[in-house]
Amino acid sequence: MAKNIIEAINLKRNFIVGSETVHALRGVSFSISAGEFVTIMGTSGSGKSTLLNLLGCLDTPSEGDYKLDGISIKQMNKDERAMLRNRKIGFVFQSYNLLPKTTAVENVELPLIYNNEVSARERKRKAIESLKAVGLADRLYHKSNQMSGGQQQRVAIARALVNEPVIILADEATGNLDTRTSFEILSLFQELNQKEGRTIIFVTHNPELASFSSRNIVLRDGLVLEDTVNNNIASAYEALQKLPKLDD
Amino acid sequence: MIKRYVNFSNLFKIALRALSNNKFRGFLTMLGIIIGVASVITMLAIGQGSKRSIQGSLSEMGSNMIFVEPGQGMMGGVRQDASSMQTLKQADYQALVDQSEYLSDITPIVSAAGQAIYGTNNTPTSMSGVNASYLNIRKYTIADGDMFTDQDIKAAAKVCVIGKTVVTNLFTNGEDPVGKVIRFKNIPMRVVGVLTEKGNNSMGQDQDDVVLAPYTTVMKRISAINYFNNISASARSEAVSDSAQDEMETILRKSHKLADDADNDFRIRSQKELLTMMTSTSDMMTVLLAAIAAISLLVGGIGIMNIMYVSVTERTREIGLRMSIGARGIDILLQFLIEAILISVTGGVIGVIFGVGVSLLVKFAAGWPIFIQVYTVFLAFAVCTATGIFFGWYPARKASNLDPIEALRYE
Ligand SMILES: Nc1ncnc2c1ncn2[C@@H]1O[C@H](COP(=O)(O)OP(=O)(O)O)[C@@H](O)[C@H]1O
Ligand SMILES: [Mg+2]
Repeated sequence: MAKNIIEAINLKRNFIVGSETVHALRGVSFSISAGEFVTIMGTSGSGKSTLLNLLGCLDTPSEGDYKLDGISIKQMNKDERAMLRNRKIGFVFQSYNLLPKTTAVENVELPLIYNNEVSARERKRKAIESLKAVGLADRLYHKSNQMSGGQQQRVAIARALVNEPVIILADEATGNLDTRTSFEILSLFQELNQKEGRTIIFVTHNPELASFSSRNIVLRDGLVLEDTVNNNIASAYEALQKLPKLDD
Repeated sequence: MIKRYVNFSNLFKIALRALSNNKFRGFLTMLGIIIGVASVITMLAIGQGSKRSIQGSLSEMGSNMIFVEPGQGMMGGVRQDASSMQTLKQADYQALVDQSEYLSDITPIVSAAGQAIYGTNNTPTSMSGVNASYLNIRKYTIADGDMFTDQDIKAAAKVCVIGKTVVTNLFTNGEDPVGKVIRFKNIPMRVVGVLTEKGNNSMGQDQDDVVLAPYTTVMKRISAINYFNNISASARSEAVSDSAQDEMETILRKSHKLADDADNDFRIRSQKELLTMMTSTSDMMTVLLAAIAAISLLVGGIGIMNIMYVSVTERTREIGLRMSIGARGIDILLQFLIEAILISVTGGVIGVIFGVGVSLLVKFAAGWPIFIQVYTVFLAFAVCTATGIFFGWYPARKASNLDPIEALRYE
């Protein structure tokens, strides 16, 4: 039995807007073990991002508890959560969030800058290794604005990998990309999951992407509607090959 | 969980990086600080320079000097012009010599202006009738020959000591003036000594364009008067200068037989007083100029604050990202604070260089006396760092208090 990495116990999150209370999450429970590739789906406004922010320790639940890698974050203060994010979590955002006018290597080094145990040399070595793992060995010193959207998202994935996190959290990571590039990125996630055993949570509003992961959690109105295991995982790489060729 | 320390060198690199990404804007922001610091340095250099030059030339005249002028006298309710006053007499001088404890040198001074002639050469000059103490009081020395003696004074002898300018004007063919007879207002006078060259004083007067003669000679043979123009003296030391002044007043009042409620019919002034008066004007100027400069520093600081706010707003997403990958509030705070300090201190360095340059330019182009004190340079750096911290604090705090989720979502 693989180790439990995430344990969500009856998570609730309320937002107070003026005089009204918005119940974004109404009690969500599940656990995710090492090596899983989980898609979290649901229509817009169903609470996906709110859930992911809680799982990523960017936010704290109004009620319920959450354990990351066996550590409860309930009693943690801001700085402790920052440290936890720095050591155990890798984020991939819809809009890449790379630093402008900055090379790929420097962007990937960023999480390690806030880790005193990693020397400047080690930092660079790890960043290059990470960039190689996402297929950007030949773009190490390109600046962020000199790269395509797909390449920028690869840099962002390399940045999420560089601190060797226990989990990678991706929120609509393919949302800004065309179909072809989306499949390329998805195929990269699959590769990281299947070859390197990375645990990944992939949030999307697109139901078509469900077949590529090992498990699907569907949210509706802040509650888990479905939680199913997918035994018939489709290959994103094969799907990519079947797409009509572009005329260059 | 392990405590994580702030890694200053990394934060420094981040701040430096942010600045080099926006060099021109950084430079424009620095401009306020550059102008502020450069003007502080220049103003203080000019202020200090003029103060020092005043002090220098006054103390070269003798810093313990005290002089008494006739004056403040009333005659039948009419205030009298000081030059027409005839209140300082031989008896006053004698009383000072006999009774004073705090004075080391005393001389009467009787002035006369006129033409000095030697052979076919002549020059307009002024003669001072004095005694030998005058040399000590005014810090003159004899270069050649001797000073006239007390015997010469008693006899009202027709002898004189002349300054370098008079020598140059009268003895054009390089003769030795000592022993020669010159004429002053048609009175033949034998030159017994030549004064060592002294140059101009701070008012630009030629201190070598003088003829010194026994005061008795000037009174009896040249001007035909029985009073002095003033009496000059030296206090034994600067410390007793005030006591000496009081003592002089007491002696002169007694000598003039003034009633207790009567005003002085003379005026005592000291070199120290003059010095304080002149340096205090220059101190006031320095303070005024420094205040103007400080205001420009303040404006520069506000410029930094403004640009840091803009920078924090522009980089909201970056801040959100940094927080999401593990930067704490303190890391973000220090990053922006270091950036603000870098702007202000770099501006300070350029400002100091610029200020020193302008000071030297003023010195060589306009010929003003300049003095740059090392402490003003350090002060400038300290003020710049403080400006950076003070004006960078609020923007940096704003950045560090951002919520990572909202910052990441910021458009
Ligand atoms: N900071 C917030 N303040 C108020 N309401 C919020 C906030 N964040 C999310 N919500 C609300 O919570 C619900 C879930 O939002 P979200 O998790 O972003 O949905 P999704 O990512 O599935 O589209 C929405 O109704 C949204 O309006
Ligand atoms: Mg969302």
